[in-house]
Amino acid sequence: MKRDRVIVVGAGHASAQLCVSLRQGGWDGEIVLVGDEPSLPYQRPPLSKTFLHGTTTLSDLLIRGPEFYEKEDVTFRHARVTGIDREAGTVALDDGDALSYDRLVLCTGARPRPLDVPGADLPGIHALRDAADIEAIRGTLRTARRAVIVGAGYIGLEAAASLRKLGIEVAVLEVADRVLQRVTAPEVSAFYDRVHREEGVDLRTGVGVAGFEGDGHVRAVRLTDGTKIPADLVVVGVGVLPNVELARDAGLAVENGIVVDEHGRTDDPRIFAAGDCANHYDARYGTRIRLECVANALEHAKAIAGAICGKQKPISALPWFWSDQYDLKLQIAGLSTGHDEVVLRGNPADGRSFACFYLADGRLIAADCVNRPKEFMFSKRAITQELSPDRALLADPDTPLISLLQTPARSAP
Amino acid sequence: MGTITFVEHDGTPHQVELEDGSSLMELATNHGVPGIDGDCGGEASCGTCHVIVDDAWITTTGTRTDLESQMVEMSPECGPNSRLACQLRASPALDGLTVHLPEFQM
Ligand SMILES: Cc1cc2nc3c(=O)[nH]c(=O)nc-3n(C[C@H](O)[C@H](O)[C@H](O)COP(=O)(O)OP(=O)(O)OC[C@H]3O[C@@H](n4cnc5c(N)ncnc54)[C@H](O)[C@@H]3O)c2cc1C
Ligand code: FES
Repeated sequence: MKRDRVIVVGAGHASAQLCVSLRQGGWDGEIVLVGDEPSLPYQRPPLSKTFLHGTTTLSDLLIRGPEFYEKEDVTFRHARVTGIDREAGTVALDDGDALSYDRLVLCTGARPRPLDVPGADLPGIHALRDAADIEAIRGTLRTARRAVIVGAGYIGLEAAASLRKLGIEVAVLEVADRVLQRVTAPEVSAFYDRVHREEGVDLRTGVGVAGFEGDGHVRAVRLTDGTKIPADLVVVGVGVLPNVELARDAGLAVENGIVVDEHGRTDDPRIFAAGDCANHYDARYGTRIRLECVANALEHAKAIAGAICGKQKPISALPWFWSDQYDLKLQIAGLSTGHDEVVLRGNPADGRSFACFYLADGRLIAADCVNRPKEFMFSKRAITQELSPDRALLADPDTPLISLLQTPARSAP
Repeated sequence: MGTITFVEHDGTPHQVELEDGSSLMELATNHGVPGIDGDCGGEASCGTCHVIVDDAWITTTGTRTDLESQMVEMSPECGPNSRLACQLRASPALDGLTVHLPEFQM
């Protein structure tokens, strides 16, 4: 008898979890994982953290070792999917093959947003998304003296910290007027601004890149304010674009990501999308969102495996994120969008440890925790339980957080 | 080189081949032990690899570090032998080790 087949496009965080959850959910059909990177799915977060300056190899980063795929009977194909024929129920591969599917899951992730300025394709200018990017950057580290990082988001700042650790001079350019502007409160931005300066980074905000100069290799970055910074290594981290083209060309709805419902399903009941490329309806936030974090990719994959195995459970886990820079371990729980108040525990203007809680209507919705794992784990629980902790106690370093968890949730005014 | 047993909350045991140098989180996830997620890949950032070391073994494994304490102590299932599996390295000395899994990872 022919076995049903799930085809998973893209070999990243979402697809690795999908293989796990499909088998745990009882899927006994075929699973074929088609990825255009040569490796089995690996952890991306370390790329800008330990992997950049460390001695870790790609095989250390595999999300599951090869024995897992063998044991769970998952076939890995190194190829790029070039098209979907929904009527025939097949995908076309760039090696000329076509594969039929009973269920198709798009886990195509996102790609770096290109910088559209003169000289952006000069050698020495790198994006930071996959293992190949890092191998290329690592290859330059022995000779690099001056690095310029374009974009002060998490990835750019992590890259800056990693390169400083290697003794390379680093300048960071940010077009917004503060670092991490899109994602954190001004207090947290000011903290990271201070720390990077303390670590010797030449940090410039409110300034863009006008172009790159060099002859066969990047030599300098020209800024929009007319100044010029010498550079022999440039890392561009100005955000990503979701890989939606396969879905769009197949006639599926696309709007800031592939549009899926709370089970990860597109408007074709046989096709799902997960991770960075998917824009899901989220019951917790009552709106559609597209997120770029591991936790989101894992949650999507679990929900889709449930839908495929006939055990539907909507996407609902709390998004969370982490970022390691220097001796700082930042852990973020929830999404701060829509907050109307910020409560601090510890002082971000001094030292290197504090938590910033975001409240909306008194309810805790998110927290940025720097070297405060306890505050982070507290927040994960308190946000999930929709608690409205007392502000004064939240801010008081002598109040044990666990006591706030026992406080019954205040009823909405 | 030996085995480690992960016991699910409902009592189901999973015997896993011990590989020197791997973390217990890696051993569990690579062998499909349900109940250990390891979402952050072993960076002690997520707290989804909480295990409770069997009493007979806690002197061999050692008790948790301060960082681990901060991560696991907010869990209602935290006990004196709670650890993060990603912070426990497998070695021949751990042959025969049993660890218990909580009902929920946070
Ligand atoms: C440097 C860096 C640091 C990060 N740090 C953190 C962090 O600390 N915490 C956190 O939560 N998140 C972090 N992220 C984000 C996180 O890595 C992503 O959210 C996550 O990888 C998304 O998983 P995914 O499965 O959706 O996509 P990806 O992991 O991007 O996988 C998609 C895969 O699909 C492949 N693909 C695309 N199109 C096709 C096709 N047509 N055919 C075949 N294959 C295809 C791609 O090449 C890629 O391999 C970081 C990301 C980067 C780049
Ligand atoms: S795997 Fe994340 S804390 Fe252990």
